[in-house]
Amino acid sequence: MGKPDIEDIEIDLLLEAIYWRYGYDFRSYARASIERRTRQFLSVAGCASVSEMIPRVLRDEEFFSKLARYFSISVTQMFRDPLVYRAVREKVIPLLRTWPHFKVWHAGCATGEEVYSLAIVLKEENLYQRATIYATDFNDEALEQAREGVYEMEKMKEATHNYQQAGGKASFSEYYHARCGAAAMDAALKERIVFSSHNLASDSAFGEMHLVLCRNVLIYFNAELQNRALGLFTESLVHGGFLCLGTKEGLRFPEVNDQYETVDGKARIYKKKDVP
Amino acid sequence: MGGSAGGFDALAAILLAFPPDFALPALVVQHLHPSDDASFARRLARTTRLPVVEPCDKERIERGRVYTAPANYHMLVERNETISLSVDQKVNWSRPSIDVLFESAARAWGGPVIAVILSGASADGAESMRAVKDAGGLTIAQEPASADSPLMPRAAIDTGAVDEALRPEEIGRRFLQLGSRNAECERA
Ligand SMILES: C[S@@+](CC[C@H](N)C(=O)[O-])C[C@H]1O[C@@H](n2cnc3c(N)ncnc32)[C@H](O)[C@@H]1O
Repeated sequence: MGKPDIEDIEIDLLLEAIYWRYGYDFRSYARASIERRTRQFLSVAGCASVSEMIPRVLRDEEFFSKLARYFSISVTQMFRDPLVYRAVREKVIPLLRTWPHFKVWHAGCATGEEVYSLAIVLKEENLYQRATIYATDFNDEALEQAREGVYEMEKMKEATHNYQQAGGKASFSEYYHARCGAAAMDAALKERIVFSSHNLASDSAFGEMHLVLCRNVLIYFNAELQNRALGLFTESLVHGGFLCLGTKEGLRFPEVNDQYETVDGKARIYKKKDVP
Repeated sequence: MGGSAGGFDALAAILLAFPPDFALPALVVQHLHPSDDASFARRLARTTRLPVVEPCDKERIERGRVYTAPANYHMLVERNETISLSVDQKVNWSRPSIDVLFESAARAWGGPVIAVILSGASADGAESMRAVKDAGGLTIAQEPASADSPLMPRAAIDTGAVDEALRPEEIGRRFLQLGSRNAECERA
C-alpha cells in the first residue's frame, strides 16, 4: 500500500482521543469492525468526516456515550448455540455439583439472554441455589436491559426452539410472563444474579470463579487484547474451573493454552488444569 | 466471492478451474441457514482440489485456500492478513453478508482485490462493488442469464461499478490469468 489512507489516520486519532479523554481503549479492538462501525456512525451523527467527530467526542460526553454504544455490539440470543448448553449440562454440571457453592461469571453479557439461559439450566439441574452469578459488560445501557430482563415477545419463539434443542426439560413459557406485550423473565431467575459494569480492556480479575463464560466478545478484540482478557479469566478461575468461549473462538495463545485442557472442542469448553 | 440462491453451482464451477497450487486465497460468503453446521464448507470441499476452511476468529489467511464464512457470522479481512468474525446485526437481511466482506477487503487490501457476485435473490454485495472499484480492485458479476437467480448479479451491475459480466467457467479462467500474471494478487 502506497500513501497512507486519510480515514485510517483519522480513525487512529479518534481512538486516541477517546482513550485520553474517557479511558476507554478501543485501540486494541479488531480493526476492520471498528472501521465499519465508525463509518456507519458518521451518517448517524451527520458528520462529513471522521475528523469532524473528534472535537465532538472530546467535548460532548453524550456524543461519546452514543459512539461507545455503537462500538459495543450487544447482539445476543437466548440459548444461542444450543449445543453449548447441552455440553454444559453433560460435562460441566456434574463437576459443579461437587462444589457446595460455586461462582459463575458471564463476561460481556450484553442484554442478558445468555445469563438467563444458563440460570434456567441451573434451575433445572437443581443447582441454582448454590450459585452466585456475576454478569458484567461495559455497556451500561445493555446491562440495564439485562437487569430488567424484559424482551420482545417475538423473540420467544426462537428462544423456545433453542431451549428445546438445548435439552430443556420443561416448557419454556414457564420462565417468563407477558407484560405489556413483552416477555418478562421470571423474578426467581434473578435471585442469584449480580449485574455490574466491568471493562475487559482495563479492569482487573474477579476472584474464585468456577465457570467463566465469555462468548462472542473476544472476536471484537485484536490478539493482544484477547490475550489480556484470557489472562483475566485464568487468574479468576479456581483450578478445575471451566472456561467457555464462543464457537469460533479458541485458545490460540500458548501461554494460555498450556493452562487448560479441552472438555468439549466444538462447544469451546476448557478446564483449567490442577496444580501439577 | 459472494453467492446466495443458486450460488453453490456457480461457485463450484469457478473453483473447478483452480489448480492445487493456486497462488491466491479465496474468501467466500454464501448465504446460509443460521443452523448450517459447516455442511456448506464440506460440500464445497468435494468440488475443488484446494483445501476449504471454515475459519476461526483471527485465523491467518493462506494462499491456495478457500475460506467460507461460518453461518451466523460476518467475515472481515484485517490488514495483517487475518480473518475477523463478528456477530453484528444482519446486513441486507444476511449474516454473513457479502457487503461486509467486500468492504473490509477493499479497505484492507485495496487494489489487489477481485470481487465476484454470483447468483442470488438478494441485493447483497451490490453496494460494496463501488468500494472495491474505487480502491482499485476488479469487480465481476456472474452474467445474469447464466444465473439461477439473476437478481443479485443484476443489482451489482445496476450500480455501474461492475467491470465484467461473465459465466462461471469464464470467471474461473479469468482468475487463472490474473493469478499467474500477479501472484501478489489477493481476492475476495
Ligand atoms: C456480541 S455480544 C455477546 C453477548 C453474549 N455473550 C452472546 O454470546 O450472546 C458482545 C458484548 O461484549 C461487550 N464488550 C465489548 N467490549 C467489552 C469490554 N472491553 N469489556 C466488557 N464487555 C465488552 C459488548 O458491550 C457486548 O455486549
